[in-house]
Amino acid sequence: MIRYVTNRLMTMVLTLVAISVLVFAIIQLPPGDYLTSYIAEIQSQGEQVTADKIQFLREEYGLDKPLWQQYLVWATGLVRGDLGYSFEYNQPVADVVGERMPLTLLLNAATVVFIYLVSFPIGIYSATHQYSWGDHGLSFLGFLGLATPNFLLALILLYFANVWFGTSIGGLMAPEFIDAPWTLAKIGSVFAHLWVPVLVIGTAGTAGMIRRLRANLLDELHRQYVTTARAKGLSERRILFKYPLRMAMNPFIADLGSILPQIVSGSVIISAVMSLPTTGPMLLSSLRSQDMYLAGSFLMFLALLTVVGMFVSDLLLAVLDPRIRLGVKSAR
Amino acid sequence: MSQIPHFISTEPFDAEATVAVGSSVSERYAQASQARLIWWRFLRHRLAVVSLGFLVVSYVAILFVEFLSPYELSSRHTDFIFAPPQSVHLFHDGAFVGPFVYPLDYALDMETLKRTYAEDRSQPMPIRFFCEGETYRFWGLFEADTHFACPPQGGTLFLLGTDRLGRDMLSRIVYGARISLTIGLVGVTLSFILGITIGGLAGYFGGWVDATVQRVTEILRSIPELPLWLALSAALPLTWSPLLIYFGITLILALLDWPGLARAVRSKLFALREEDFVVAAEMLGASPRRIIFRHLLPNFMSHLIASASLSIPTMILAETALSFLGLGLRPPITSWGVLLSEAQNIEAVALYPWLLLPMLPVVLTVLAFSFVGDGLRDAVDPYQH
Repeated sequence: MIRYVTNRLMTMVLTLVAISVLVFAIIQLPPGDYLTSYIAEIQSQGEQVTADKIQFLREEYGLDKPLWQQYLVWATGLVRGDLGYSFEYNQPVADVVGERMPLTLLLNAATVVFIYLVSFPIGIYSATHQYSWGDHGLSFLGFLGLATPNFLLALILLYFANVWFGTSIGGLMAPEFIDAPWTLAKIGSVFAHLWVPVLVIGTAGTAGMIRRLRANLLDELHRQYVTTARAKGLSERRILFKYPLRMAMNPFIADLGSILPQIVSGSVIISAVMSLPTTGPMLLSSLRSQDMYLAGSFLMFLALLTVVGMFVSDLLLAVLDPRIRLGVKSAR
Repeated sequence: MSQIPHFISTEPFDAEATVAVGSSVSERYAQASQARLIWWRFLRHRLAVVSLGFLVVSYVAILFVEFLSPYELSSRHTDFIFAPPQSVHLFHDGAFVGPFVYPLDYALDMETLKRTYAEDRSQPMPIRFFCEGETYRFWGLFEADTHFACPPQGGTLFLLGTDRLGRDMLSRIVYGARISLTIGLVGVTLSFILGITIGGLAGYFGGWVDATVQRVTEILRSIPELPLWLALSAALPLTWSPLLIYFGITLILALLDWPGLARAVRSKLFALREEDFVVAAEMLGASPRRIIFRHLLPNFMSHLIASASLSIPTMILAETALSFLGLGLRPPITSWGVLLSEAQNIEAVALYPWLLLPMLPVVLTVLAFSFVGDGLRDAVDPYQH
């Protein structure tokens, strides 16, 4: 088990390093850097920028160094928790970001929990009541959920909330709590607002999860050991929970790896549409204004969320499944 | 208990006849090519066939966009800003007139400053068909002014309303189809080429090439796609021409899509390399090139096409999302995503809900592609049933 965990940990760190190189390369891609547009902006306001000042700024921000040095400075800073400097806000990135990162984490975690909580009972029901009216109805709903793109769903929800209730359902907390210190009331307000984006982001993932859990469980329910258990006289409930469900849980957990990127992607666009105080809207604006360190930190943070999430799901899987824990190739 | 009469056929027994009937059917089946078999299996999937028909019609339609749309892409009607959809009527005062619309009367509500339009029910204005309307350059090649349907003489024809500049939504959606529908095809073609080449190299050479490709695909698959797409498209220079941006976006979409295909190609190659027919071909002295293209590729090409057709809707959605967020295509290029980006302001949408209409073709196309993809995937699987 320890060997498995260390192996998996090594892979995770290497993946993160590779992603950081990729992210750094991407934020360097736009022609010119933030200073170029900054200088252009100053000049357009009719002020002169001397060559000395430009040189000073360049050195100040480390933009005169070769690329690999800039990367090293940035990457080591990330490890130490120093996220770099936001040119647009003239503040360290960590100060600009503020509550956004924890709120993003909360939003994504809540979506994962939502997906599992909803798809688990529905998946079991659909599999044990195959081809019943309930099963057909739920399958149809799931199909709709899979087909509707989430940001369009968010738009539709916003529209109807506006038309029917005359209120905006955007945001993650009541207006009076924004920038207020964390109190119980604020936490309550966040949870009261959280369900709408969670529902929107989680719909597609839930629908997919139900489909897979149902298929897996159906496969298991037709195995001979189930017949044997039934012949022995075990109760239906005990038959279901003792073996087939445990077997079907395996892909259920492993799927976290494939739905996490989907959830994180979804949360970015949904928070832009619903103007949530998470990383999404700020990532967009920083990309538009080429505020490279801010954008890079956000990209790294989102990648970190995904990769760590996958790591956790692998650990869970190892705890659940001795074949993986002991490094035995599963025999098909 | 009544006795059921025992049935006796009086016709002379001809053993040859039954064999002949059976064999003509089974022979047709046995002699059919693989492509034909796949087609037959595909036809059984009703929803997929209907969807395929819908897609074919749509793709043929985008060839004649200028002819089909009543107005030009960017023609403005400053008197009709945010005009609601006009409905087509057939009967006026109980008499049949043919398809016609009532003219719109514009008034500004002085209290809410909301534009209100009312139908003037007194005079019907028949829609003209195959008529001369606004001139356009067909495919940018030659000038023409024939439209399928034109606004009535001296009237307007806004079947889906107008936007904030008084541009006809229907025309813009029709023009947008040209961009939105092709971007998925171009993107998938690019990702197909990338996937086959890279996956093929990994599968054929194995060793360190394979290990590298495996790691790269794993890393690419573990990054959330949308933020990366956003970052890449933000890196496209503002000075690029619209056409370059278009290809830039398709390339970006393809760059994150190929890992899935490459993985499929690689695993198929690994599995097939050990098959007897490959060994036989090697024994006969076939070159690696011939083995790959003649013996291996046809074996999983249909699978690849099926899985590629499933990633077209993903790409269409991705482009829509990018343009919606303002980081994808930019006006004057008009795709459905660009049209939807006008619907970002929810207050405007609440007043003028027809701004959300470009959503409809997006959802329809995505659904159709998913059905066709599902149907194809089932059809190419020879072990089904």
